[in-house]
Amino acid sequence: MTEAPRRLRVLAAMSGGVDSAVAAARAAEAGHDVTGVHLALSENPTSFRTGARGCCTIEDSHDARRAADVIGIPFYVWDLAERFREDVVDDFIAEYEAGRTPNPCLRCNEKIKFAALLDKALALGFDAVCTGHYATVVRNDDGSRELHRASDMAKDQSYVLGVLDDRQLAHAMFPLGDTRTTKPEIREEAARRGLFVAKKPDSHDICFIADGDTQGFLAKRLGTAEGDIVDESGNRLGTHDGAYGFTIGQRKGLRIGHPAADGKPRYVLDISPVDNTVTVGPAESLDVTALTAIRPRWCGNPPQAGPAAYTAQLRAHGGETGVTAELIDGSALHVTFTDPVRGVAPGQAIVLYDGTRVVGSATIATTERRARAAV
Amino acid sequence: MVYLDHAATTPMLPEAVQAMTAQLTVTGNASSLHAAGRRARRAVEEARESLAASLGARPSEVVFTAGGTEADNLAVKGLYWSRRDADPARTRVLASPVEHHAVLDAVEWLAGHEGARVEWLPVDTYGRVHPDALREAIARDPGDVALATVMWANNEIGTVQPVHELARVAAEFGIPLHADAVQAFGQLEVDFAASQLAAMTVSGHKIGGPYGSGALLLGREYAPVPVLHGGGQERHVRSGTLDTPAIVAFAAAGRHAAAHREEFARDIGALRDQLVKAVHAAAPDAVLGGDPDPAGRLPANAHFSFPGCEGDSLLLLLDAQGIACSTGSACTAGVAQPSHVLLATGMDRDLARGTLRFSLGHTSTEQDVAALAAAIGPVVERARSAGLS
Repeated sequence: MTEAPRRLRVLAAMSGGVDSAVAAARAAEAGHDVTGVHLALSENPTSFRTGARGCCTIEDSHDARRAADVIGIPFYVWDLAERFREDVVDDFIAEYEAGRTPNPCLRCNEKIKFAALLDKALALGFDAVCTGHYATVVRNDDGSRELHRASDMAKDQSYVLGVLDDRQLAHAMFPLGDTRTTKPEIREEAARRGLFVAKKPDSHDICFIADGDTQGFLAKRLGTAEGDIVDESGNRLGTHDGAYGFTIGQRKGLRIGHPAADGKPRYVLDISPVDNTVTVGPAESLDVTALTAIRPRWCGNPPQAGPAAYTAQLRAHGGETGVTAELIDGSALHVTFTDPVRGVAPGQAIVLYDGTRVVGSATIATTERRARAAV
Repeated sequence: MVYLDHAATTPMLPEAVQAMTAQLTVTGNASSLHAAGRRARRAVEEARESLAASLGARPSEVVFTAGGTEADNLAVKGLYWSRRDADPARTRVLASPVEHHAVLDAVEWLAGHEGARVEWLPVDTYGRVHPDALREAIARDPGDVALATVMWANNEIGTVQPVHELARVAAEFGIPLHADAVQAFGQLEVDFAASQLAAMTVSGHKIGGPYGSGALLLGREYAPVPVLHGGGQERHVRSGTLDTPAIVAFAAAGRHAAAHREEFARDIGALRDQLVKAVHAAAPDAVLGGDPDPAGRLPANAHFSFPGCEGDSLLLLLDAQGIACSTGSACTAGVAQPSHVLLATGMDRDLARGTLRFSLGHTSTEQDVAALAAAIGPVVERARSAGLS
């Protein structure tokens, strides 16, 4: 499994945050020929961060440049704003409009960092793209790659990398995932290396929604469209300003005047953009027993035919759950949960694991509930 | 390192370093009345006389600033304000669209905040302003023009403007013309008196002087409204304690530039011609920017567009081989944009993205050109395969 260390030409994606700065520093320290690049992803970058969020301001770009200077590597800013808008932001809006719940970070890794950026890097003669993700790439004797969870499960980000295929993994370098390092230790390491981003707060949420107000962001682009909030029997309980403003499993902000007959809280069960209706109901009705997912992508070979047992992760910071998964016609994945799970929404990614190894991922298309027909 | 970016900044000349370091160890504010102050004042005034002589100006026409950007701002904003104060009808600013951002953005700021009406003078495919175009623009209503500004030579594509003819046209109508001569000084014959310009910007670090030194050459009949208010130094036009070490070093570099200009222009022009030939040999489809006639461009400037390449990619690949040059375009938020200069000359947007500027200077050698000649072919090929993102 080990190979002789080879000096690689590495392009380090540097957001201006502490993780990617330490990752670039480690790659350089390991003897690689590292060049830093900051991706300008916003078409109208603001000068300064608002709060702790974002990686698209001029200040973040400056922070990344300073870190590169301290590490002693060349640094460039590449403008991928147009690609980012087309592949990530427009997709994000369209998915919400269709009543689904997308994960733009996965999309960005699949289409921007390990596609647009990687392709350009390879064309320019680089061997690998390095990021500050917490995940581990293992090289097998036959040259194939495996993606594994980070040593520190609490920081593991393999979920958002689950969309990467074998070729993308072959050119990916995650210096933070290979060692058992906690976040405070990364900050200490950054400080020790003289990287002043050591104390910079973590970025949260969605980088292109600087104020964190996803609903406001969507409302500005999709407008408002009043529709009904109904219960499972179709009784009208209230109105909303646009079905896209809801996420399955959401409890707050429903603005239903009167309580349910049984007095229990109600949750969003379904979002139907076609008739602009949001269906709510009790928590039990959220229990999903199985799902079908499309656009499967495999980290390595596709699994054997027939059902097989895996663990699955359904959210970036979600836990693991036992599943049986089977590939149908090579293009769809049918997943049955060992125990029902809640808050599963079409549009989200399901990532399958075999132990710590990422098997692959797919986008949830439909879910099956215990008490109800498939939606 | 192969340094081909002298238009960005050029190494300081030994005589400038010597003049500067000698002054750094001496105390004295040139505005003070005591002996220490008088000593500093003498050094400053000798430098002023020296720089004036290097530029064909009178000593009283030299206003020291902290660089070219400040001098450009003082000329554009200060003359606009003073001319408008004298006659409120004067709100029209005539400017070439190929100006350095220090002029361009100052002009746009006046439009955005001070009610200026900006008229961009038409340029040809080399970025050159025709004197008739200036005449036509002024003649439409000479009474409402605050000032005109056209750079002496372009920093990106090296095109030399017909400054004397333009100044004659402006003078005919009594309109002050400012020229940014930052790139021209040291490469072209720059004589302020002969030029008939009202104001002219020069910078220290482009001619082997120190960073943060510059001057506005200013006709004695002009009293621009100051940008910096304070102690009233420099004809009450530019307040601030005089930077004696920088000023004497700037003057030293200016003496060198004036004394060696002809041989420098001849030798560096020959080296530049070699460079152009070498680039064309390695990349036959490279498009030379600016005027192909050596008489119409800065002798130290070579500018190319490489079809299908991203300027940033070319720069990165050359940098990785120890060759320093520039894409020549301005950065917005650190992101390369097609140069406003090239767009003004009518260049296609995609072609304008794949540009490199090579600029030579007093330390340039044939080995530098040979290193570029060896590297540029494969670099262009590789950048082209990466394409335009």
